[in-house]
Amino acid sequence: MLLRHAPDLGERDVTPQALYLSRRHLLAGAGGLLLAGSAAAAPLTAAKSKLSTDETLTPLKDVTSYNNYYEFGVDKSEPARNAHRLTTSPWTVQVDGMVAKPTNFALEDIIKPAKLEERIYRMRCVEGWSMVIPWIGFPLADLLARVEPLGSAKYVAFETALRPNEMTGVGGFLKVLDWPYREGLRLDEAMHPLTLLAVGLYGETLPNQNGAPLRLVVPWKYGFKGIKSIVRITLTDKQPQTSWNMQAPQEYGFYSNVNPEVDHPRWSQATERRIGEGGLFAKRRPTLPFNGYADQVAGLYTGMDLRKYY
Amino acid sequence: MAALPRWLRQPAFPSWPFYLLGLAPGVWLFVQALTDNLGADPAKALERGLGEWALRLIILGLAITPLRQSLGINWLRYRRAVGLLAFFYVLAHLITYILLDQGLDWAAIGADILKRPYITIGMLGFVLLLPLAVTSSNAMIRRLGGVRWRRLHRLVYPAALAGAVHFLLLVKSWPLEPIIYAAIVVTLLGWRLLPRGGRERPATGRL
Repeated sequence: MLLRHAPDLGERDVTPQALYLSRRHLLAGAGGLLLAGSAAAAPLTAAKSKLSTDETLTPLKDVTSYNNYYEFGVDKSEPARNAHRLTTSPWTVQVDGMVAKPTNFALEDIIKPAKLEERIYRMRCVEGWSMVIPWIGFPLADLLARVEPLGSAKYVAFETALRPNEMTGVGGFLKVLDWPYREGLRLDEAMHPLTLLAVGLYGETLPNQNGAPLRLVVPWKYGFKGIKSIVRITLTDKQPQTSWNMQAPQEYGFYSNVNPEVDHPRWSQATERRIGEGGLFAKRRPTLPFNGYADQVAGLYTGMDLRKYY
Repeated sequence: MAALPRWLRQPAFPSWPFYLLGLAPGVWLFVQALTDNLGADPAKALERGLGEWALRLIILGLAITPLRQSLGINWLRYRRAVGLLAFFYVLAHLITYILLDQGLDWAAIGADILKRPYITIGMLGFVLLLPLAVTSSNAMIRRLGGVRWRRLHRLVYPAALAGAVHFLLLVKSWPLEPIIYAAIVVTLLGWRLLPRGGRERPATGRL
């Protein structure tokens, strides 16, 4: 059983003291954080979740300095340097398609009614590394319920903002991906209680390089499924196009469930390196089916050939 | 070409400072990795950094002949240092992969070499460079004779291609950096295919 309820663990067990102190510091100066467009982190309060893992957290500095966010550069150190350009306030998210109540939400109207939870999830990148991240967010299902999906809806499509003036990596003659970044889930995957819309991590609002102000977290899938800086969510009856699948269909499937048995055509997926664990001499660890969430999600794929639907 | 100063056209300083200078980035990378200054995944960053320096040095080595033949810049006496340094970086890159990336998991390493084209090609590049490093001494040049030695050392051409392709294949999508390296390697190798008469050959001695 990989999903553990750890009632004996307190906040201090998962959050470094320095961070707590910095949060208080931030609270003291919170008045100054309400500038339009400001990317400064603001503290968030969130309930603990039984769906959290009790594994050691990846240090905050690694979570916020080692990012794949190609809109801000292909090197993993670039988003931390460039993503501050992204204006995250005001922000709206269009939720439309096969729903009874299509809505253009202001971000505040998404967050205010949401019951924020801290969810500590493993995150496995398709490149063979992993982290343990204390996200703050709410189930995607809660937002979808507000727009009332129609019976005909089968899939959910997501889109990232495309702002050539703010995003340093989307211009140039060599397009690394066909922008805007797109992702998708089957409706039952989207409604699964583990599927999270995150607005924060480590007790504060999301840093821009981690996908501020709103991103998807699907812990049993490779990290690239966790689309960042979402501006549109569309319910549809057709399997949506997804950016990496469009770029290299033989390498990145629509499902992209973490699976140590199905190699990426160019590298093995059998093991992973846990970032922040042991520095230069960190050992690889075995990758688990569905990133260790098989008990909760394997049932979604009963009868499916996971080699074919990779 | 008289405009070029002599120290550039025909430098006379010894080659040992090249070795020191050439080893510096590798030592620096290793120190940075040990002191946790190479980002979140230091083993990967070290591996990548060493690989890129290997490729840069191979490119520098391949540039020596075109520079001499087309611009009269004769840096031939430093080519051995450049070549050996390149080999050293390839070796350090490989050791980092075996020791730090894969943690001596020989089954995984074996599977990688057989199943992953970019690793197969990278290993091929290393194997091609081995005989060149072994035969780099004056004694070996004398033993093989100039003609055979030169023929053998043409193995650096496929090795350079292997290095460039290895880099192209290991990245996701088509980022600019590996494409630039590949373009330089292809240009330097392509130059060697130009008809002999087409190349300008200043009288700077022969090899």
